[in-house]
Amino acid sequence: MQNILIIGAGSAIAKACARRFASAGRHLFLVMRDETALAEQIADLHCRGAGSVAGAALDILDTKKHDQVIRQAQVQLGKIDAILVAHGSLPDQAVCEQNIEATLSAITLNGTATVALLTGLAQLLEQQQSGCLAVITSVAGDRGRESNYVYGCAKAMVSTFLQGLDQRLSKQGIRVIDIKPGFVITPMTEGFNRSGPLWSQPEKIAGIIEPALLHKRGTVYAPGFWRMIMAIICLIPTPLFRKIRL
Amino acid sequence: MTRDTAPLSMLSGWGRYPYCQSQIIQPANQQQLLQLNQSFAGIPRGQGRSYGDSALAGTVLSCKYLDQFIEFDPEHGILTVQAGITLAQILEVIVPQGWFLPVTPGTQFVTVAGAIAADVHGKNHHLAGCFSQHLLSMEMLLGDGSQLRVSPTHNTDLFQATCGGMGLTGIILSATLQLLPIKSSQINQTSVKARSLSDVYALFEQAAESTYSVAWIDCLAKGQQLGRSLLMTGEHAKQGPLANLPQKTLSIPFATPSALLNRFSIKAFNSVYYHRQRKTVAQQAIHYAPFFYPLDRIQHWNRLYGRKGFVQYQFVLPHAAGLLGMEAILKRISDQQQGSFLAVLKQLGPANENLLSFPREGYTLALDFKLQHGLFRFLEQLDQLVLDWGGRIYLAKDARMSQTVFKTSYPNWETFEAVRAQYAATGKYRSTQSVRLGLA
Repeated sequence: MQNILIIGAGSAIAKACARRFASAGRHLFLVMRDETALAEQIADLHCRGAGSVAGAALDILDTKKHDQVIRQAQVQLGKIDAILVAHGSLPDQAVCEQNIEATLSAITLNGTATVALLTGLAQLLEQQQSGCLAVITSVAGDRGRESNYVYGCAKAMVSTFLQGLDQRLSKQGIRVIDIKPGFVITPMTEGFNRSGPLWSQPEKIAGIIEPALLHKRGTVYAPGFWRMIMAIICLIPTPLFRKIRL
Repeated sequence: MTRDTAPLSMLSGWGRYPYCQSQIIQPANQQQLLQLNQSFAGIPRGQGRSYGDSALAGTVLSCKYLDQFIEFDPEHGILTVQAGITLAQILEVIVPQGWFLPVTPGTQFVTVAGAIAADVHGKNHHLAGCFSQHLLSMEMLLGDGSQLRVSPTHNTDLFQATCGGMGLTGIILSATLQLLPIKSSQINQTSVKARSLSDVYALFEQAAESTYSVAWIDCLAKGQQLGRSLLMTGEHAKQGPLANLPQKTLSIPFATPSALLNRFSIKAFNSVYYHRQRKTVAQQAIHYAPFFYPLDRIQHWNRLYGRKGFVQYQFVLPHAAGLLGMEAILKRISDQQQGSFLAVLKQLGPANENLLSFPREGYTLALDFKLQHGLFRFLEQLDQLVLDWGGRIYLAKDARMSQTVFKTSYPNWETFEAVRAQYAATGKYRSTQSVRLGLA
């Protein structure tokens, strides 16, 4: 796994992953929205030992530009061994409940724009007949809950899309991985009470993602105990589920 | 999981005393920091490794996400980083390429900005001085929103106020350091037993040419054994691997009952530690991590002092105080029988020009006291002794010093205040410590 394309490279989890990849001397291509932050991160990863680092600025919502950026990455890296898709944004659920615009834009960014991107990436891997595609979704997609179902439904869309992609691409030796982090201490979750054992640092999640990229496929919970927690949450009978707050 | 409108957290320094209810502002990158600085009033905070209330305030600005490398020139060992990066992250990159930190404190988990703000010293202070003396320049964000390049030759007054200035002059955005070339990541360590304080003083004088020197001292030993210690000196090995160790750590999961640390258990520990080394002189080659950062292997070791936390007391006595001064204070400490198992004695070299920098030529002693009834009265007595002998207390460790003690022992405080006023820092950058010490 030498050549890695990271989309949404500015997110805390992607950043932590990129640092691990860099210190192992891998070749990286970063895609993120902010051009200044991109240049800063390229310099950082270069110092941390990356074999090579390049990147392109892209707003994921600008779906017409996806193809061009993917091609740019291909030119830079040659054969792409792994792709990590990590962009996303946690909307304010309370605002979404009152505001259609906010709801739709959250679903577009976390859901439909991601699906658009994955369509292009799947084509690339299919041409290569090799590689691995890992996408960071969320445990929030496992069952709609009143505290974050807008975010959750967008992530569920991506997860379902990935299931189909996995079935299709596995026949060509391509691995598709759906990474579902639980609560992570990042700028995205700023403002929550983040104490307690359920919260993880991004470095810990990166430590799960790196080996997963090497040999896992299907769904990976990060950390693993979330598989159990979500299984239990999904098993709660609906009449009871209505009575609790989650 | 719900989002609070104004999240408040109970924050403390590494000593877990005192706690302060704080709003934490945490910019994800430099652009956000520039914006948030406009309306901010409080203290910037790195990894919260100062012991007392230096990085506490009603509002703190956490710089932990500003931790990127900016440029590294492996040929000349010149490194530019965002100031929220930790020394550990730097070592991971520079050691395999044959470079080391020119000055390092006893933990690698501090940020570069924190190291500058406390103007930290290490085991090589007698030869290499403080952290700031290897700082080529820094980029600062000031209270009025302007950015300024600050170095020993540019805006010298702000440089001398910021190094050792406990974050009270502005926010350090980035720093450029001159690193130290090494041939190996190993340290050749020599450890020598000293039977008394005069013994260890003599050994320090003999070790004046050693690159690194520090003594672990048993502060509970009395009478003839007063000041018995182990002096450790070290040199970078001339050959060997250039490698970092995998970080294997133990963790203290929760605050242990503080009663576990009592005069009997500490006395037993100290005695075992002292007698473990049979020979008077022992030599071995060890990796730099256990040599410089023995406690970093135990995560959350500060929890060992119990729920109420502890105070680390570090003072320096000038050369003029001599053996007599240190003996007087040590005797007072050993009589009290409250000292800790982590007492460290170190010879310091000449002071630098920085206004609030702690080190001055002489000897410094650092030790932990767990919080208990009567502690503060005892420490006030120690303060008086330290003042009488012309010494002072390290701000990065302090949680309780009085305004009078501070202003008497840091005579440059007025100049410091004038520089803060000139660079729009007065009233904007302040901590519970600075308020306690009577700084505006």
